[in-house]
Amino acid sequence: MTQLAIEISGLKKKFADKVVLNGIDLEVPVGKIFALLGPNGAGKTTLIHILSTLVPADAGSARIAGYDIISQKEEVKQAISLTGQFAAIDEMLTAEENLWMMGRLSGLSRSESRARARELLEQFDLTEVASKRVKPFSGGMRRRLDLAVSLVVHKPILFLDEPTTGLDTRSRRTLWDAILQLTDEGVTVFLTTQYLEEADQLADTIAVVHAGKIVAHGTADDLKSQIGGEVVELRDEHDVVIKEIPTGGSIHEIKQILDSLEKNTTSEGTRISIRRPSLEDVFLNLTTKEREESLR
Amino acid sequence: MTTETAPIRKNSLYVSSSVFIWRSMLHSLRNTEALIMAIVLPIMLMLLFTYVFGGAIDPGGEYVNYVVPGIILLCAGYGSSSTAVDVATDMTNGIIDRFRTMPIPSIHVITGHVVASLCRNLVATGVVIGVALLVGYRPITSITAWLAAVAIIILFILTLTWLYAAIGLVAGSPAAASGYGFVLLFLPYLSSAFVPTETMPNWLQTVAENQPITPVIETIRALLSGNAVGDHIWWAIGWCVLILAGAIVWATATFHRKAGNR
Repeated sequence: MTQLAIEISGLKKKFADKVVLNGIDLEVPVGKIFALLGPNGAGKTTLIHILSTLVPADAGSARIAGYDIISQKEEVKQAISLTGQFAAIDEMLTAEENLWMMGRLSGLSRSESRARARELLEQFDLTEVASKRVKPFSGGMRRRLDLAVSLVVHKPILFLDEPTTGLDTRSRRTLWDAILQLTDEGVTVFLTTQYLEEADQLADTIAVVHAGKIVAHGTADDLKSQIGGEVVELRDEHDVVIKEIPTGGSIHEIKQILDSLEKNTTSEGTRISIRRPSLEDVFLNLTTKEREESLR
Repeated sequence: MTTETAPIRKNSLYVSSSVFIWRSMLHSLRNTEALIMAIVLPIMLMLLFTYVFGGAIDPGGEYVNYVVPGIILLCAGYGSSSTAVDVATDMTNGIIDRFRTMPIPSIHVITGHVVASLCRNLVATGVVIGVALLVGYRPITSITAWLAAVAIIILFILTLTWLYAAIGLVAGSPAAASGYGFVLLFLPYLSSAFVPTETMPNWLQTVAENQPITPVIETIRALLSGNAVGDHIWWAIGWCVLILAGAIVWATATFHRKAGNR
């Protein structure tokens, strides 16, 4: 049996009259990266808050590292580290002081905290700004420091709430590398994201959450094959995509698609290609299906 | 199943509270504007009340001896009001969630701010007394009375600071915290701090004589001028302990209630 770092069953949460989580079931094995993918307001942050003991759930249960999030709160806190959606660092302190403070609060001695701070500053390329106050730091630097702070002591489970939102491509890549390295040390990562590319690049398994429910769950490939084997893509003479049609990929189906194309959608320069579906296709497919169902 | 838990040492209460005190002290020292204000305000108020109002209130020039306790409390009010803003800022920042998900008593974030406020205010009190001595203040008193006066001042600062901490926790934002806190700053004016209550209209006299600041003022004044403190000291301690206990309970409850509800 694979060991589970996170087990969630039937979690529900309502704020006032608004249902935020409507029965979430999930399992994340030890040492894997799990991505919770969903649009704004899908309930991602609420789920992280519940799992990290900040907010109680209305119904259902969850175990983190084998500990119950309600009855064994202190044990759960020992096992996790949370990096919230807003950089959780102290602006009035320097980068090094932030790391030192977390080391001390996590039970390291003064000299251990100092040594660990230096190590992390080095690892996250922050040595040059170590003794500068955080306030004027760029978004990328803040996020790097934020992640460094959550790694001060080795915690088996890491929660990252939208770790790269608002970052430029370069900072995003640096952060991705850092997250990928964590699994080499056996850390389980539970991250939320709005970016399909991020989930695709990082995660071993992905769950798509929409309107408080998991609408799909599996590896990136599983999800891609859920909406059919291939996508027929039409591009106009300027190489702009004009239509994407999911299909099983058999000759028969593709012939049908070609027959169904109306004259006015294509022109002389229209090109056709067949590709594997991207996560974007999966995501749009799932969330629109869900919306149509809820409208019915 | 159980995952192997990393070797994290349980933190001692002493370490986490001293780390939070260190943090708040650094905040105080680095907030330059607030720090300058904390030093300049006592000087300005002392000079204002002695040279601008003093002559009109008491042409004999004895006013400085009357007004020193009032200025001390007024400055303590200003000095501790920034606690509301500090606390509200922490609560609206992601850092509080991180503290809360660590195996530490995160309420010490608040006690850190309280201790820093106490230190700031004691410095301000020192400045008030220093300037007062320069402009002619002559306290007639013994060492024990001085110590008693300082103890009452510390109790008053703690009470006010915890009250401001609770206000900071209840307020939704630093700006709101600053606004609510402002109301409390007027209380010293409606007491015997600057003029004897007998000079006020009857209805106001009743308010002024029965509000918590008046016995505190009277106690400090009596202690520093070598007079008998009478009942005032018990009223002062009673009010402070009552409000302090209420504020701590209020702050702690709000801190736990607001967990995760940002």
